[in-house]
Amino acid sequence: MANETTVAETAHGADHGHHPSGWRRWLFSTNHKDIGSMYIVLSLIAAFVGGSFSVLIRMELAEPGIQFNLFWLDNEAAYLQFYNVLVTGHGFIMVFFVVMPALIGGFGNWFVPMMIGAPDMAFPRMNNISFWLLAASLVLLVIAAFTQGGPGTGWTVYPPLSNAEFHPGAAVDLGILSLHLAGASSVLGAVNFITTIFNMRAPGMLIHRMPLFVWAILVTAFLLLLAIPVLAGALTMLLTDRNFGTAFFDAAQGGDPVLWQQLFWFFGHPEVYIIIIPAFGIISQVISTFSKKPIFGYLGMAYAMVFIGFVGFVVWAHHLYTSGLDVDTRAYFVSATLVIAVPTGIKIFSWLATMWGGSIDFRTPMLFACGFIFLFVMGGVTGVALANAGMDIAFHDTYFVVAHFHYVMAIAAVFAMFSGFYYWIGKMSGRQYPRVLARIHFWLFFIGVNVVFFPQHFLGMAGMPRRIPDYPDAYAGWNYVSSIGSYITSASALLFFYIVWKTLRSGEKIAANQWGEGATTLEWTVESPAPFHTFEDTPDMTEK
Amino acid sequence: MLKLVKLVFSAPMLAAVSLLLGAGTADAAIGRSEPWQMWFQTAATPVMERILEFHNLLLIIEILIVLLVVGIMCYIIFRFNAKSNPVPSKTTHNTLLEVVWTGIPLFILIIIAIPSLKLLYYADKVQDAEMTLKVTGNQWYWNYTYPGHGGFSFDSIFVPDEELKKGQPRLLTVDNPVVLPARTNIRLLLTSADVIHNWAVPSFGVKLDTVGGRINETWVNINEEGDYYGMCSELCGVNHAYMPIHVKAVSKADFAAWVATAKREFADGDDDAPRAAKLAKADIPAVAR
Repeated sequence: MANETTVAETAHGADHGHHPSGWRRWLFSTNHKDIGSMYIVLSLIAAFVGGSFSVLIRMELAEPGIQFNLFWLDNEAAYLQFYNVLVTGHGFIMVFFVVMPALIGGFGNWFVPMMIGAPDMAFPRMNNISFWLLAASLVLLVIAAFTQGGPGTGWTVYPPLSNAEFHPGAAVDLGILSLHLAGASSVLGAVNFITTIFNMRAPGMLIHRMPLFVWAILVTAFLLLLAIPVLAGALTMLLTDRNFGTAFFDAAQGGDPVLWQQLFWFFGHPEVYIIIIPAFGIISQVISTFSKKPIFGYLGMAYAMVFIGFVGFVVWAHHLYTSGLDVDTRAYFVSATLVIAVPTGIKIFSWLATMWGGSIDFRTPMLFACGFIFLFVMGGVTGVALANAGMDIAFHDTYFVVAHFHYVMAIAAVFAMFSGFYYWIGKMSGRQYPRVLARIHFWLFFIGVNVVFFPQHFLGMAGMPRRIPDYPDAYAGWNYVSSIGSYITSASALLFFYIVWKTLRSGEKIAANQWGEGATTLEWTVESPAPFHTFEDTPDMTEK
Repeated sequence: MLKLVKLVFSAPMLAAVSLLLGAGTADAAIGRSEPWQMWFQTAATPVMERILEFHNLLLIIEILIVLLVVGIMCYIIFRFNAKSNPVPSKTTHNTLLEVVWTGIPLFILIIIAIPSLKLLYYADKVQDAEMTLKVTGNQWYWNYTYPGHGGFSFDSIFVPDEELKKGQPRLLTVDNPVVLPARTNIRLLLTSADVIHNWAVPSFGVKLDTVGGRINETWVNINEEGDYYGMCSELCGVNHAYMPIHVKAVSKADFAAWVATAKREFADGDDDAPRAAKLAKADIPAVAR
């Protein structure tokens, strides 16, 4: 195989394809496709861990009372702490190690250079370190979960619960260091994407002609670049509070615990857009492809994402409605938050208008895109309700919020990931996914997640708080239903792992453009799987 | 258009929808939720009544938006699949349409924002409080102080399952419920002795963090005598699920009588020794840290 490659490359008179083989190919990789693949593999591994955490949570909540104890935990308090660690770990892993690596590191790395006609990312070695920092970060986080009781703080890590008095031991420190590494990885990745997109577009690939997925990654990269440093600052303050006697968040010494909440959510709110905006990009590509129509209102779609990114930085305190903010401050954040409904509405209606008049093939990626729209609208309207600080008194920290953000952000992003996976797996592997199994996967997953999360609206309205391992008996019914949904979803997730294996092992070989006339972006002009070096000549887009 | 909006949001429509969704809540238990409950707990204060009223408006808007989008999608699936419509159109712009779908949501947001802000300011603070209750969150119990009644205070500690008496709800029962007079403007001052907790009673429309080093203020005016339950609503450590809130609302006369006995009973309310014994009995680790 190595010999064949060398011969082929010599024949072309180029040595771009000459690359190390074996483990060196991956550890030392500077190739955007290999790095993208590694991100996707990391995401799959993390999804298995984070998904298992969620199933453990749902098993605990399936019935009232404490369901089970784990063999390495010697008393009930240790188990209750471990439950909080599951809640914390599920959040961290899903956000930082499943969705972000898949959407940004995985699909972003794979397809941004190809879509703009660039040979690779602007800084290939930095790309390598971005990935390996993230891998190290995941290892640190898993170690943290099993160190001295683990961090039972929730992913929001609010002090004083997260300070040295209430979480002594190394768990929270390891978690902080893990997030620092993940943050460094994200910032380096963001710098790489911004530089690539600004400087490495093919001739004629003007900013206003870029595919919407590239726009999405560009906006996301700016959000990362501006939000992560604030998180890094806050984490460092917490770290020195815990270890070096500072008192940024300690009221007894003149600090302020609520300052952490302000800083965390100044990062945290843009973070949820960091998750969902790349999803917007994928959904736009998929809907346009399968409707066989260009996207409707292209400029509106691009600038809606820019606007969402901008507004995302001035609404953070809607996460703090019940922390005791001044009423005028809350009034401002209500107004600013409601405004987000406008650009997101533009996106929904533009997707529908793209489909309108189309000749739509409902292949699996398109099914997931339609599922995405449904979930996003469901979570979007409950978001409009939650935006109101007065209303939020009833909803805050209840399962209603859990239902809301899983619909609008978490499960919607996972639908975009599946949509992107089925859309691009042919380009990445050169093989066709099993079509019937993929459809079964979609329907099982769609039913499963709705059974998990729809009843949680009822639980929240009835007043069930979040992050509790046991609940008053009145909440038993809908919790049981929700847990059943979790088992359906897990079955579907296992089916997906089988589909991945089956595709890579025995999927039929496919052509350069498997989707036909609707697939107009540059990645469909090269063979499948995409060659190690994408373009022999820079594509010229000036005439197109 | 305006007529349609007026019709949709008219009082009879709102009442019909809330009746439809709240079916069965009329005879529901007050102050806590019931099995298979799909709706809010019955409102027990003017604030919660207004929250429910506002939510009726929100819910109609939410349902209409979801129906609109799902309806359009169903039509698209039926009409514009590859079989029914083999030749795709090439339309990619329609300025009027884009202006409309930017403008109408803005209009809807204004409809929402006005009552929303009214509710927010109404729920914030009470001007003429008749009494004050101070709530202090602790790992993992509540401490209540009555500063206007001689300043006595007592702990309210979770009662574990095996000690529940008949009729006492699991995970919601405490040894000493906090007693408050009905039909009285009560100022609530909230703080914490350790981590952040959150004092929340769903049927009151009250939910506010207790933060060490700060005093947060809100208010409550309970419509009727009865038992009202809530739970800590901010993750506060391993026993977060085990610090319930039980408010017993009584008439003003009964409250005065209770204050007289409580002053004697809780004269030593802040002693640490009995507290430690009680916490141990409730299976709450003294230092789970």
